[in-house]
Amino acid sequence: MTQYKPEEIAADSKSVFGFFTYLMTDLVLFAALFATYAVLHSGVFGGPTSEEIFNAPFALLETVILLASSFSCGLSLLAARRGNSRGVLASLAITFVLGAVFVVLELSEFARLAASGVGPGVSAFLSSYFTLVGTHGLHIIIGLVWMTALGISIYARGLTRGNMRKLALLSLFWHFLDIIWIFIFTIVYLSGIIL
Amino acid sequence: MTFTHFIFGNLSFSALPENAIAWGGALTVIFGAVIVLALITFFNAWTWLWREWLTSLDPKRIGVMYILVSVVMFVRGLFDVGLMRVQQATSVGDAHGILTATHFQEIFSAHGSIMIFFVAMGFMFGIVNLVLPLQIGARDVAFPFLNSASFWLFCAGAALINLSLIVGDFSTAGWLSYPPLSELAYSPTSGVDYWIWSLQIAGIGSLLSGVNFLATIVKMRAKGMSYMKMPMFAWTVFGAMTLVVFAFPVLTVTLALLSLDRTLGMHFFTAAGGGNMMMYVNLIWAWGHPEVYILILPAFGIFSEVVSTFSGKKLAGYASMVYAIWAIVFLSWLVWLHHFFTMGAGADVNAFFGIMTAVIAIPTGVKIFNWLFTMYRGRIRFTSPMLWFMGFVVLFTLGGVAGVVLSEPVADYQLHNSLFLVAHFHTMIVSGVLFGYFAGVTYWFPKVTGFHLNERWGIRAFWLWLVGFILAFGPLYILGFMGATRRLDHYDPSMGWQGLFIVAAVGAFLIMLGFLCQIIQLVVSIRDRKLNPDTTGDPWYGRTLEWSMRSPAPEYNFAVLPEVTERDEFWVMKQAGTAHAAAPIYEDIAVPRNSGAGILIGAFAVVIGFGIIWHIWWLMIVGLIGVAACIIVRTFDEDTERVISASEVARIETMKTI
Repeated sequence: MTQYKPEEIAADSKSVFGFFTYLMTDLVLFAALFATYAVLHSGVFGGPTSEEIFNAPFALLETVILLASSFSCGLSLLAARRGNSRGVLASLAITFVLGAVFVVLELSEFARLAASGVGPGVSAFLSSYFTLVGTHGLHIIIGLVWMTALGISIYARGLTRGNMRKLALLSLFWHFLDIIWIFIFTIVYLSGIIL
Repeated sequence: MTFTHFIFGNLSFSALPENAIAWGGALTVIFGAVIVLALITFFNAWTWLWREWLTSLDPKRIGVMYILVSVVMFVRGLFDVGLMRVQQATSVGDAHGILTATHFQEIFSAHGSIMIFFVAMGFMFGIVNLVLPLQIGARDVAFPFLNSASFWLFCAGAALINLSLIVGDFSTAGWLSYPPLSELAYSPTSGVDYWIWSLQIAGIGSLLSGVNFLATIVKMRAKGMSYMKMPMFAWTVFGAMTLVVFAFPVLTVTLALLSLDRTLGMHFFTAAGGGNMMMYVNLIWAWGHPEVYILILPAFGIFSEVVSTFSGKKLAGYASMVYAIWAIVFLSWLVWLHHFFTMGAGADVNAFFGIMTAVIAIPTGVKIFNWLFTMYRGRIRFTSPMLWFMGFVVLFTLGGVAGVVLSEPVADYQLHNSLFLVAHFHTMIVSGVLFGYFAGVTYWFPKVTGFHLNERWGIRAFWLWLVGFILAFGPLYILGFMGATRRLDHYDPSMGWQGLFIVAAVGAFLIMLGFLCQIIQLVVSIRDRKLNPDTTGDPWYGRTLEWSMRSPAPEYNFAVLPEVTERDEFWVMKQAGTAHAAAPIYEDIAVPRNSGAGILIGAFAVVIGFGIIWHIWWLMIVGLIGVAACIIVRTFDEDTERVISASEVARIETMKTI
């Protein structure tokens, strides 16, 4: 393990604190979207209800894939601790593929709904559903772009101090999105089918 | 979709201004921009401007730029005031004043949006940038590049709101754009979209600034400066930034949802489709009420510093001031519903929010008393920052009492949407927030520039503002009781309102003269800068760390990082005779290199906003790719710091001032 200077450790703790604060702002953002969804859940306006359109096994599949991607993201951090940059790249690649599959699945569900005339413009309920889940998907896409850029950087420069820090922040981001998805799975899909 | 529509979206020649006054606004913006650009070219200042200012990551430079943009936007906000006051003073009976109803609506919507987002917020972040790192003994903010990006996003928002004067129109739906009026069905033009995207982009900038300053306070205080040893201004910024971090995401969501309704035909707040328009009002005020405390808390902090310095005493009740700040931060989340008691949430809900609103007057009262106790038996110097404080303390208390009146739901049913309300919140924002920022700018001006602001013109400005304010808003309290509603472009002479409206117009005119005095003050001060330099770095005999280094403060702030043992550290050092240690040992100091990525991000943000407003989707995508590219390129850049050598530091430290 490399020894770091005190000012480097201070810089890292600053970044982690700042990024964590940013994640808290994102949490408030999602909280507002969840609240909107809860208020508008009954605003179906003659259109389909949540019970009629949600597909529980499909949502479960998405959940499993995203959780698996969080696991491989965790592996990349462990590999980074051991200074194994190839291990980091490999597990980041797995994370990327799982994340991309998740996005494709989500988009295919959106497409399936839109094709059967159930788009975001039909009712307030559908507007809030597509926006909440879509915002999460957008975050995943941003995460994928970040992962690609970081992967290139690690490939080109190895596990430099900057790359280590960015990897730690990326994994915070990725796990955070996982937690948000757990809430989406519970509040949107499970409750939407049961209630 | 035709090819032209693909290229130009909804844009067409009909988007140009329609009448003489609108053309006047458009041409003012265009000529103003042309003259500024021509002057820069004439003085061959582009390289200097780019190297020293536009790409600078020094928070002091960024702070100055924030304040300059705010002053420019303030001019526009004041023009709007003039038009509205003339309209309301003359549009009676058969006379219809100078503005059409639509134009009048555009102007009051623009006035509110500009004054809050681009004047008050800009001023606040400007002063925080200038002072906060100096006060807590830091060399920089936590994330210097992010700070620059935030500033340029703020500028991008300001650019979009000014662009609406030339291309298209502005929202007529008021400063908070309540649906269903702000929905596409009732506001089909680009106006509300301009409102959404200028606020959205500036708002994201504010959010990132909030994160940045929070990290700065938590992680970068000088050695030994425990929280309870922080200067009071730093405490109030701490409170305000906590509010920013929790409130602005709600604004982001609210604006995004309204935009989705308007652009993609969704139904969040529409009258049809199962939408819920009262949810918009709840969401926007869940941001909006904390927002007013985001603005006022730093003003409280400035006054705490000013009163303590100019009374020559330590701040009375330091701990109670801190608790009062956090009480306000907490309570500001529990009062949002008082903005719409008339929604009909029921007696119990209204009673809860009414009581919470009245309760928030208690911590504010604690602060007022502490300032007065600080002055008590002090050796008070009546400088202009102190005058602003004394004007503030009288007017703000009166306005606060009017707020307690409004907090009673029963009274609010009568006073809701009346000019009484308008008078109340202008008392809080003008004589609270603005007076505070004026005091702050005067107080810290020598630290940033190395010379004083001209005191004579400052005092003239103060008296014109004070008298003008009382004349402009006193009548509005009375008119509110007489039943005059806000946003009124015409009324019948039998109401008997015209006399009071004329007095209000005279007051507004005096305020403008006051502002003119401040512009003259700035010009005169720069002209006479050699006559009133700040040679000591401690012009007011101050108490906190920012006065311990030379003026203007060098790029790296502190040549030797301070170690703090007491509250009012610099004062304690002066008493102990250790303030100016002889010939310290200097070391190399790393400062951030300049970066042009911030200004590029701002430019691409304008492109994104313009693309969405006019439905030019390829342009929006270009903007998004641009922003993403800037961020990625920046993160790949590992050479972001430059070292100032110890000998260079020694040279700067011993250099003569001005």
